[in-house]
Amino acid sequence: MTPDARRIVFENVSKFYGEVLGVNKVSFCLEPGITSLVGPNGSGKTTLMNLLTGLIRPSQGAIYVLGLTPKKPIEFFRQVGYCTQFDSFPPGTNGYDFIYWPLRLHGFGSDQAAKLTNEALERAGMAEVARRKVAGYSKGMRQRIRLAQAIAHHPSVLVLDEPLNGLDPMARAESIELFESIARQGMHVIISSHILEEVDRISDCVVLMSSGYVVAEGQIRDVRKEVRDHPMQILVRCSNAARLAAASFELDHVVEAKILNDGHGVLVRTRDAEQFYLLLNKIVSGGLVEVDAVAPADDDVNSIYQYLIGSDGGPA
Amino acid sequence: MNAQDLVARAHQGLKEQPWGLFASQISVLVRNEVRRNLFTRSRIWIYLLALAPVLIILAHVILDRSTDPEQIENDTRVLAGIVQLYYFRLGIFFACMAVFTWLFRGEMVDRTLHYQFLVPVRREVLVAGKFLAGAVIAIALFETAVLACFYIMYSRFGSAGKSYVFDGPGLGQLWAYLLATALACLGYGAVFLALSLLFKNPIVPGIVIMGWETIAPIFPAWAQRLSVTFYLKHLCPVSLPVRGPLAIFTIVAEPVSPIVAVLGLLCLTIAILALSCFLIHRMEITYTAE
Repeated sequence: MTPDARRIVFENVSKFYGEVLGVNKVSFCLEPGITSLVGPNGSGKTTLMNLLTGLIRPSQGAIYVLGLTPKKPIEFFRQVGYCTQFDSFPPGTNGYDFIYWPLRLHGFGSDQAAKLTNEALERAGMAEVARRKVAGYSKGMRQRIRLAQAIAHHPSVLVLDEPLNGLDPMARAESIELFESIARQGMHVIISSHILEEVDRISDCVVLMSSGYVVAEGQIRDVRKEVRDHPMQILVRCSNAARLAAASFELDHVVEAKILNDGHGVLVRTRDAEQFYLLLNKIVSGGLVEVDAVAPADDDVNSIYQYLIGSDGGPA
Repeated sequence: MNAQDLVARAHQGLKEQPWGLFASQISVLVRNEVRRNLFTRSRIWIYLLALAPVLIILAHVILDRSTDPEQIENDTRVLAGIVQLYYFRLGIFFACMAVFTWLFRGEMVDRTLHYQFLVPVRREVLVAGKFLAGAVIAIALFETAVLACFYIMYSRFGSAGKSYVFDGPGLGQLWAYLLATALACLGYGAVFLALSLLFKNPIVPGIVIMGWETIAPIFPAWAQRLSVTFYLKHLCPVSLPVRGPLAIFTIVAEPVSPIVAVLGLLCLTIAILALSCFLIHRMEITYTAE
């Protein structure tokens, strides 16, 4: 992999804190869009984000963000915005100043900085409380003011560490919409989160982490294919569940076929979903079983996570 | 013009003038740090450090109403003692320890340093901005205090005092004290800024530095040049007739000219700041390990 003006590249990156492993031998390449880092506490998500933004240096390996590194901070931090997980603010600051002064450090004049500050406050839904001291904000407001600061200079790469923590459902939905709109403009949005369902829904790509290692990376469906060894669950709602279960067991790749409690369906675990769907087509066309609905029961990040690391990715 | 155009145009303009950008960044950093550090209640004890001699001299003037011109020489030595033994040895030393170590260490304690590392500012510029902010604070406080001491000390002598200041050596002494005070703030400031980047708790190394500044006169000439007070001594216009253990503060082992002393202290300050720049490049944000 080489530096690329559009991509984020990790080349064999390791980070050790003394003898403690942060991340180990991480290599991947991210295209523009929403990428989610998923993993339980201590899996290395924040370390990866801190490495990406230069807050810590890799013990080995190299990281390129749009072909840039933090060694050239002026070019680098014009392209990168990072909303960290640190819930701390300069003492005595208010929401407006918290965004305005960093913009002045970017080199914007007072009028330009004021305009960008107001725009960021509007986008984050914080305009009305901007003149209040941050110390008096709720957790959700503090989260949103940090988000406003991270997006104020219109970065091409937005890195968000647990950005949905502490947000109420309305604010969460607005934030997700904001991330999606930024990604639609061809930018990178990198999110870490424990809220797997939402990550699953909005992500173009996922990076699954465990104990400092990247265990899978790519589009959710691609990641699913990477773990073919692990059976996939398919739920079939049908009229003659026992018949379908019996037919399923004749296939080598079917590991389990469980009739649902209400007797109107089967939960099948198979290593080859495509072959199973072919069988299902044959049974249906033969008139042996009437199928009401077929759906993969686990084609989401949570299930993949269970397969890969035996954890649901939730807080430890 | 929409916000994205505004950002693109601003970036284009900034690419053409990096030195202008550095200057504006330093100006913003100085403004923010001065606002945050100078006018806060937690800094009251630094004002007291600076103003304690002023209050003592004021009390002395109120209690001793003598305006005998022959007293001027005696008061000149008292003032020299206050500046050389109190301000240079204790007041400026401890005030700089508080102000300059807090510039970075304080942000680590508050867990806000990452905000400084996530903006397009070179870390050398960050060091320069913070150092200048600390210097502005310390110099403003101590120059004011020295000026106040000087004014109160000689104003009570009326025309004799005025004559001593403007027709005699008084004004020259004042300029020398102000220059040495400013240089002391810069020198100690650079030392404590570097210590704050080297150590989690800079108080113990600060005490070691204080010990070194005290015993440096008994070391060879080359080693003395690594102490701030070595240079300050050569800028003091009045020698102190100190006897006993305190005499170690006034030993001048190897006389040098004031110009060499000024340049020497500035070189030492720049060298220590260069070390700070090196240290901050290696710094990582690991609050959890603090």
